[in-house]
Amino acid sequence: MASTIRVRATASGETTEVQALIQHPMDSGFVKDAKGEIIPPHFIRELTFEYDGKSVFVADWGAAVSKDPYVKFSFKGGKKGEDLKISWVDNQGQSDTTTAKIQ
Amino acid sequence: MMACAPLEILMTITDNGFSATRRLILQGVAAVALVGPGNLGFGLAPAFAAANDKYPEDAFKAKGDADAIKALYGKAAEPSDKVKLDAPEIAENGAVVPISVSTTLADVTSISFLVSENPNALAASYRIPAGTMPSVANRLKMAKTSNVIAIVEAGGKLYSATKEVKVTVGGCGG
Repeated sequence: MASTIRVRATASGETTEVQALIQHPMDSGFVKDAKGEIIPPHFIRELTFEYDGKSVFVADWGAAVSKDPYVKFSFKGGKKGEDLKISWVDNQGQSDTTTAKIQ
Repeated sequence: MMACAPLEILMTITDNGFSATRRLILQGVAAVALVGPGNLGFGLAPAFAAANDKYPEDAFKAKGDADAIKALYGKAAEPSDKVKLDAPEIAENGAVVPISVSTTLADVTSISFLVSENPNALAASYRIPAGTMPSVANRLKMAKTSNVIAIVEAGGKLYSATKEVKVTVGGCGG
C-alpha cells in the first residue's frame, strides 16, 4: 500500500501550488457503528508542509474536516525538482510522512 | 446505522510512489487496540491557544463559534469584505462540503474555518507563514444547515466573512 499522503505540487512563475489528499477516516466521535456504539474520535490534528527546511503551511484540524481530507494552498518560491516534505499526526498518535517532488 | 458515504475523489493526484508499506492496515489495528476508557483523560492536559505554533486544543473543544474564536485568538473578529469566502449555497452531502477562503489583506498569519451549528464550531485553522499565499481550500463536514465563518488574522487583527450553507443530508454525526 502506498503512502497515505498524495501530493501534487506544481511550480509556475513565482509560486508553487500544492494540493494534498490524505487517506484518513477523520472519525468525529459523534457517529455510532452498526452495534450502536460510538466510534471514537480519530482525526488528524496537525498537517505540516515543509520546503527548504521551513514550514510553508501548517494545518490544525478538528474532527469536522471531511474523511480523506483535501487541502490546497500556494506559496512563493519552490523550484521544479525540489522536495516538499509533508507530515501529519493524529489524535491517537499515529503519523505519516512523505516527500514529493515539485513539478 | 449507516456510516459516511464513501468519498468520491473529485480530483486525481499522482501518487508519488513513496513508502510501499502496509501501514494503513497496521494503523487500523493499532487504533482499535488503543481505544479504551483509559484514554478519556487524554484531552484534559492544559492547552494554551495564544501561541501560534501549538495545536489549539481548547479552541477545538469550544462549543459555539464565538467561544471558539475567543479560545483561538483571544478576541473577536470584525466582518470585512476583503475576506472572500467561497462555499456552496446548498450542500447535498454534509459530509463533504468544499469551502475555500482567500483575501486581499496583507500580513496574513492565519486563516480559520468555523461551522456555527457543528457540535464543536472550529473545524480547521491554518498557519500562514510569510511567503505563503493567504488562500486555502478544504472540505468540511456540516451536521446541518449552518453559517460558515472564515476568520483571517492579518496584521494582528481579525477579519471575518460569513455565509449560510443549506445542508440537505447531514454529514456524519448530524
